[in-house]
Amino acid sequence: MVDVPLGSTAGVAAPDVEDVELYHPHSWVTKYVFSQDAKVIAIQYSFVALSVGLIALVLSWLMRLQLGFPGVFSFIDANAYYQFITMHGMMMVVYVLTALFLGGFGNYLIPLMIGARDMVFPYVNMLSFWIYLLAVLILVASFFVPGGPTGAGWTLYPPQAITTGTPGGQDWGIILMLVSLMVFIIGFTMGGLNYVVTVLQARARGMTLMRMPLTVWGIFTASFMALLAFPALFVGAVMMLFDRVLGTSFFMPAMVEMGQPLDRNGGSPLLFQHLFWFFGHPEVYIVALPAFGIVSDLISTHARRNIFGYRMMVWALLAIGALSFIVWAHHMYVSGMNPYFGFFFATTTLIIAIPTAIKVYNWILTLWRGNIHLNVPMLFALAFIVTFVNGGLTGLFLGNVVVDVPLSDTMFVVAHFHMVMGVAPILVIFGAIYHWYPKVTGRMLNDGLGKLHFWVTFLGAYAIFFPMHYLGLMGIPRRYHDIADMAFVPPSAHTLNAFITIVALIVGAAQLAFVFNLFWSLRHGKEAGGNPWRATTLEWQTPETPPPHGNWGKHLPVVHRWAYDYSVPGADQDFLAQNQPGPTRAAPEAGHG
Amino acid sequence: MTEQVVTSTHYTSDASGLRSIAADFSSDRQAFRNVSWGKAMMWIFLLSDTFVFSCFLISYMTARMSTTVPWPNASEVFALTIGGTTLPLILIAIMTFVLISSSGTMAMAVNFAYRRDRRKTAVLMLVTALLGAAFVGMQAFEWSKLIHEGVRPWSNPWGAAQFGSSFFMITGFHGTHVSFGVLFLLIVARKVWRGDYDHEKRGFFTSRRGNYEAVEIMGLYWHFVDLVWVFIFAFFYLW
Repeated sequence: MVDVPLGSTAGVAAPDVEDVELYHPHSWVTKYVFSQDAKVIAIQYSFVALSVGLIALVLSWLMRLQLGFPGVFSFIDANAYYQFITMHGMMMVVYVLTALFLGGFGNYLIPLMIGARDMVFPYVNMLSFWIYLLAVLILVASFFVPGGPTGAGWTLYPPQAITTGTPGGQDWGIILMLVSLMVFIIGFTMGGLNYVVTVLQARARGMTLMRMPLTVWGIFTASFMALLAFPALFVGAVMMLFDRVLGTSFFMPAMVEMGQPLDRNGGSPLLFQHLFWFFGHPEVYIVALPAFGIVSDLISTHARRNIFGYRMMVWALLAIGALSFIVWAHHMYVSGMNPYFGFFFATTTLIIAIPTAIKVYNWILTLWRGNIHLNVPMLFALAFIVTFVNGGLTGLFLGNVVVDVPLSDTMFVVAHFHMVMGVAPILVIFGAIYHWYPKVTGRMLNDGLGKLHFWVTFLGAYAIFFPMHYLGLMGIPRRYHDIADMAFVPPSAHTLNAFITIVALIVGAAQLAFVFNLFWSLRHGKEAGGNPWRATTLEWQTPETPPPHGNWGKHLPVVHRWAYDYSVPGADQDFLAQNQPGPTRAAPEAGHG
Repeated sequence: MTEQVVTSTHYTSDASGLRSIAADFSSDRQAFRNVSWGKAMMWIFLLSDTFVFSCFLISYMTARMSTTVPWPNASEVFALTIGGTTLPLILIAIMTFVLISSSGTMAMAVNFAYRRDRRKTAVLMLVTALLGAAFVGMQAFEWSKLIHEGVRPWSNPWGAAQFGSSFFMITGFHGTHVSFGVLFLLIVARKVWRGDYDHEKRGFFTSRRGNYEAVEIMGLYWHFVDLVWVFIFAFFYLW
């Protein structure tokens, strides 16, 4: 590191950065509907993403009903089951998690946390949301077209994705899915460019990169990764669309379908898998890194303790982000690619465990001797750590080629990635909503309902996914509509499946309590005040709550310290806000770097 | 809020090389000193777009290597017969020349924009747009010639079907980039001509003040599209 004194007061930066010329809305429509204010866009993004989440939740119920009680629900035939799987997976991964973390939290928190008035290009930001909404509408429309949505599995592997026999393969389903993905990527690019440039070029005075809250670091790194990863999916979608619509053979080898040789030749199905996973693996971290960042801030705030090893946390985020681009083929050990690739990709995959472990240790050391407040956001944050460690450890199993081969395509995989990529980030999303809801609305969410929601969700998630590991080790395959007739399946597996289904229904119902809480607390929640958690970061220091258009009133905040000055000895409060001047430790000691 | 104590990093102008990069990144407000938001955004967009074109080209190479049927011979397929002589790659040579020349006129437009020479800037941008449109026109001619000869996305008379699919997809995607470039060149040229950037007129949609940097940002995009063409040219026509 070059010796640049962070706490130096010698140089006063000249106000050489353009102040935002805000677009001022003239009507109700431009203020609340076609709004260019990042905060309104964030709420729009979150609302749409949570709605899609509810649809995907219902789809998971339907799948579980079939698995738990096969044959009872006659409307769930094999085709419908595959359609539910596909739509549930794609909706959750892309249209819920990515959109919620980057479009929702990114839009709300980035400008507020770095002390900006808005995103750098509010108009483009607004377009980003409306294009995202268009993508969602195209996706949902596929439920209502002849043949229904695609049932190709959420990974959309060709050739089966576009051949006869797969639901939607020769109908509208796959076309709408691919077009929707392309539209989503175009919309996301507009938003992602905004998030990245805002963080890089529009921070407040005194806000150095190494003073940014880890939430911003997480969202920033993830946005940047998404800008580099989504192109691969875009290209894959374009090529598959041509295969489906124009009859090209990018991904289609010579093959026989229903006894008839197809008029295709020489394409490479593996190519699609490479393109898909070059997007798909970074995508895991596009969801995980914002969660890492947010959880760091939740833990630090609610344990009244500075984050342990801030610099290493930042470097670990960046290292995970970079490494995640060279691990993609660990999803393809059984695909028939060159076995030597497996050696390389297993190695890089296991290397990711190092920066990830750094983060987990730092979270635990942050909690060490902290003044832990077990309020709802903190409960969710703690639950995230446990769940993430769980899911991460099974990742070590699946990252090794020899262990992965027998476990591949079993329920073990389903359990692993639901723990690490489903449950863990969603716990953070809940924690973050409980944490920032007071800033967004000015009122607290109901605590009792929140705790009920937490315990049912947390314990329920374990009751659902822990048994799945066991089912997977027994060899129960995933993506099977009905496993009844297989000789190796003991009766206990069926009982377990029924148990999982019942818990899944209960956990799903508990989310209704959360939705109710969101709406009920809008009017009846406790008045929150500007800074109910006594947090240091800038978004809690706005002159008004909820922050108005432009965020800061007349003067932009000036940042004097890092984001984690909790329980500073000698200070008159147990936290020092980032914009509070005064002679205290201004930055973490640079020793770690 | 007190404004007197600003704890920002002190800048020394003699910092150079890696040191200056580190100093930039450890400063407050901006990671890239004196780079406007628009320019930063364009650079990052181009980085993202690089990944799109890389994926296209790598996919094309994979298709070409994994197909079981021989690949058509580029110098025969892309030949034109002019006055009885068959000239390999003649059309594509002219197209490449036109597009690279347009980068030259674009660079001159940027230069005159910073001298605030409204007229020369607008004229040079129009010339650039014209060259770009000529490029797209010649591409349309090439497409129609190939289609006339029986090349389709799903088949062609000379060999691997992936030839036609990759060709139409990649040149089509690049041609779309050029066409959008022409469109935006015309829009920016009109604004330059009207003098919007002299009195910082606000944009219609964004209500942001415009300035002559828009020409340079436009230029970044145009040079990028040009650079991508060099790779498409090398990998598609020379391989």
